[in-house]
Amino acid sequence: MMHSLANSRFASLYVTTALFVLLFLVGAFQFEGFGSTRVVANLFSDNAFLVITAIGMTFVIISGGIDLSVGAVIALTGVVCGLLIGELQMHPLIVFPLVLIGGSLFGASMGALIHYYKLQPFIVTLAGMFLARGLATTLSEESIPIDHPFYDAVADFGVLLPGGAWLGSSTLILFAVLIAAIALAHFTRLGGFIYALGGSAQSAQLMGVPVARTTISIYAISGFLSALGGIVYSFYTFSGYSLAAVGMELDAIAAVVIGGTLLTGGSGYVVGTLIGVLIMGVIQTYISFDGTLNSWWTKIVIGLLLFAFIGMQRLLTRRQASAVAH
Amino acid sequence: MTLLSLSKVEKRYPGVKALDGVDFQLREGEIHALLGENGAGKSTLVKVMTGALEGDGGSMTYLNQPLKLKSTAHAQTVGISTVYQEVNLLPNLTVAQNLYLGREPKKFGLIDWKRINCQSREVLKRFDLDIDVTRPLSTFSIAVQQLIAIARGVDMSARVLVLDEPTASLDADECEQLFSVMRELKAKGIGIVFITHFLDQVYAVCDRITVLRNGQLVGEFEAAKLSRSELVGHMLGKELQAQAHRSEAREEKALSEPLLELTGVEVKGSLHPTSLIVRRGEAVGLAGLLGSGRSEVCRAVFGVDKKTAGTLTFKDSEQNFRQPTEAIAEGLALCPEDRKTSGIVGPLSIRENIALALQARRGWWRPMSRAEQQQLADKFIAELQIATPDAEKPIEQLSGGNQQKVILARWLATNPQLLVLDEPTRGVDIGAHAEILKLIKKFCSEGMSLLVTSSELDELVAFSDRVAVMRDRRKVAEIEGEDITEGNIMQAIAEA
Repeated sequence: MMHSLANSRFASLYVTTALFVLLFLVGAFQFEGFGSTRVVANLFSDNAFLVITAIGMTFVIISGGIDLSVGAVIALTGVVCGLLIGELQMHPLIVFPLVLIGGSLFGASMGALIHYYKLQPFIVTLAGMFLARGLATTLSEESIPIDHPFYDAVADFGVLLPGGAWLGSSTLILFAVLIAAIALAHFTRLGGFIYALGGSAQSAQLMGVPVARTTISIYAISGFLSALGGIVYSFYTFSGYSLAAVGMELDAIAAVVIGGTLLTGGSGYVVGTLIGVLIMGVIQTYISFDGTLNSWWTKIVIGLLLFAFIGMQRLLTRRQASAVAH
Repeated sequence: MTLLSLSKVEKRYPGVKALDGVDFQLREGEIHALLGENGAGKSTLVKVMTGALEGDGGSMTYLNQPLKLKSTAHAQTVGISTVYQEVNLLPNLTVAQNLYLGREPKKFGLIDWKRINCQSREVLKRFDLDIDVTRPLSTFSIAVQQLIAIARGVDMSARVLVLDEPTASLDADECEQLFSVMRELKAKGIGIVFITHFLDQVYAVCDRITVLRNGQLVGEFEAAKLSRSELVGHMLGKELQAQAHRSEAREEKALSEPLLELTGVEVKGSLHPTSLIVRRGEAVGLAGLLGSGRSEVCRAVFGVDKKTAGTLTFKDSEQNFRQPTEAIAEGLALCPEDRKTSGIVGPLSIRENIALALQARRGWWRPMSRAEQQQLADKFIAELQIATPDAEKPIEQLSGGNQQKVILARWLATNPQLLVLDEPTRGVDIGAHAEILKLIKKFCSEGMSLLVTSSELDELVAFSDRVAVMRDRRKVAEIEGEDITEGNIMQAIAEA
C-alpha cells in the first residue's frame, strides 16, 4: 500500500496535504482557538491574493518557465486602481476589467518575447518585474488610499459559515479561480498543451502543439491572475502602493514548489499550490499564536521546507524512473 | 493514384547540400521504403515531407494539389502524420493524453476523459497492448513507448503515415505486429513511408524502394525486382561486378600477439554478443551499413557504452571500462563519428584542440605550459601536414579534412596503443581522404593498432589487414588477406 502510494502520480500531493494537516494539528493541540473554522477561514482570506497569483505561477512552472514579474504587477495594479478609483473616482467595475486586460497583455507580451526571440523566461520576466515596479513608482511614490462605496460593499460581502467562519469576497474569488484553473489544467486542450511544453518543448512541437500560442497564453494567464491578485490585495489594504508585495514572486514560487510542482516543468497540480500557500499560512499563524517567536521564523521554516521538498521530488522522480525497469 | 509527390526538393545547410533535387512519389495503398546510408538525406527529406523543415527549392503536391506545409501541426491536419526515430512523445503525460493530445474529443466544451481512455484502449488493442492508459508514459519501456508513438501516428493518419526507423527498439514479435498493422493500413489505401536500416524488414513489407545517396536520388525500384546485393550496391554507390582487386600485393604480416580481444561482448539494446581480435600493429576495418553495430563496437571498446556481458582483454589483462577516461588511461583513443558535435571545440585554436586530450590525461592540476603546447601543435601540423598558417587559427575555420587531422593529432599526442577511428573520412575532401588513409597505414607500420569503421568499401580495402563485417548489431563475417575485396565485403553485408 505504501509502495503504491509513493509511486502514485499524486505522491507529492499526498505529502503536501499530510504536512498541512500535521502542522494544523500541532497548532490545534498547542493553542486554544487554533483548531477553529475561523482560523481556517482566515488562512484562506488572508492569503487569497497569494493563492490567486501562485495559481498563475503554477501554470508557468508546469510549462517549464518562471514568472518573476508577478509581485510588481500586483503593486502596479494597486497603484493604477488607487489612481483611477481613489483619485479620479471612476467606478471599480470599469477599472477592474481595464487592469485585468492590462495585466494579461503585459504577460502576453512577455510570453511573445520569450517565444519569438528564444529568450530565457527568467530574464524576460525579470525585466518585466523592473518595468512594472518602476512604472508603479513613477505613477505614485506615495500610498494612494482607495475610498469608494463599492469597496465597502465588497468588504462587507460574504457568507457566514457555522462556527463563526466568514467566507469573504476574497475567499469566494479564490475558489472561483481555483475551480476555473483546475478545469483549464485538466479539461481543456490548452491545459494539455501546457503540460506538454513542460514535458518536452521539442516533442510537443513535433506532436503539433501550437507552441507560440501556448507560451503566450501561459504568461497572459499569469499576468491576468497577478492583476486579479492585485485587485484582491487592494480589497484589504484599501490602498495602492508601489512598494507593495515586494518579493512576493518568491513566495509564490515557494508555494508552487511546496505544493509538489516540479521546477523543471511537466508535472504539478493547481490544488497542490493552494495547499502550499496554506502551509506557509499555517506556519505564520502558528508564530503569531505563539507570540514570542520572531516572524522571520516563517521564512526560516519555509526555507527548510523548500529544501526538504526539492530533495523529496528528486527521490520520487528517481523512484518512478527506476520503476520503469520492472 | 499518387498521394504525395515531391519534385526537385533542395535543402542547403551552410557548406552542405543535404538534398539536391530529390524526387519522391508515394502512391495510394503502398509501403514505400526510403533507404540510404548516413548523410544520404533521408531524415531531411522526411522533415521536409512532414512540415518540420522548409525546403529551399522544389515543390510538393498532395492529392494532386500543390501543398506548402507550414508546420508539423499543419501536416497533421491535412492527413500526413509522422512517427520519428526517437520516441517523440511526452513522458510526463498519460498514455491516453499522448495518443490524443491536441485532438481530444470534447463534451460540453470540456475534454471527455472517459471517451479518450476508452478509445485509447481500443487503439492499443490493435498492437496487442493491454496497458493502463491512465499511467504516465514514462512508466513504460522504450519498446512500449515506441508502439504507442506508432499507434498515435496510425490513429491520426488520414492518408499518409511516415515511419522513421520505428523498429529500432522493437523485438521480432513487436515488429511482426507492426507489419501486420502496416499491411492493414495499406489495404485501406493509406500510403506509408518506411525508413529502416534492416534490409530484411524492407523486403518483408515494402512494395517499392527509393534510394538516396549523398543528398541525391539514386533511383526508385520495385522491391520484388531488386536483389539484395543490387540494393546494397545502390546504397553504397558500388557495382557488385567491379571486383576491384588490391593493386599492391599484400605483404604478409607475421601474426603478432593480440592487443585487444573482445569475447562475447554485449551491450544490452545496442550490440549482440560480438568477438573480435585486434593484434599489435594491425588495422582492423569494421564494415556494415548504418545501424549495423559498427559504431556500437567502438563505443563499447572505449567505455562510452557499458558492456553488459562478455570480456574485454587489453594488453593481456581484463578490463571493465566504465567511462572513456579509464580507457584513455590504459592507452586507447577514440575519434568519434560526428566530428561537429563530439570532436572539435570550434572556437578554440588548433593548438588548444590538440592539447586537449593529453591535458585531460595529465589532469588539470598539472597544466601544460604554452611552450609545450606550441611544440606539440607544431610537431603535428608538420607531421600530418595540416594546412594552416599557424597553430592559433580557430579550428572551425579549417576544412573538414584538416579538422579531422587535428582530431587525429589530439589523440596521437596521447601516444595511444590502440586508436579507434569511427568514420574518419566522412565529409572530408578527396585529397585529405587519401592522406588520412596514408596516415592510418603509417601508424600501423609504427606499431600502433587501429580499429576503423567506414562505409566506404574502397577505403576498407585500402587500409585493412582484416575486415569484420557487421549486420543487425552482430559480427557476421570476418575477411582476411587476399579475400578483402569490395565485392566480398558487399556480399557479406547483403547476405541474408
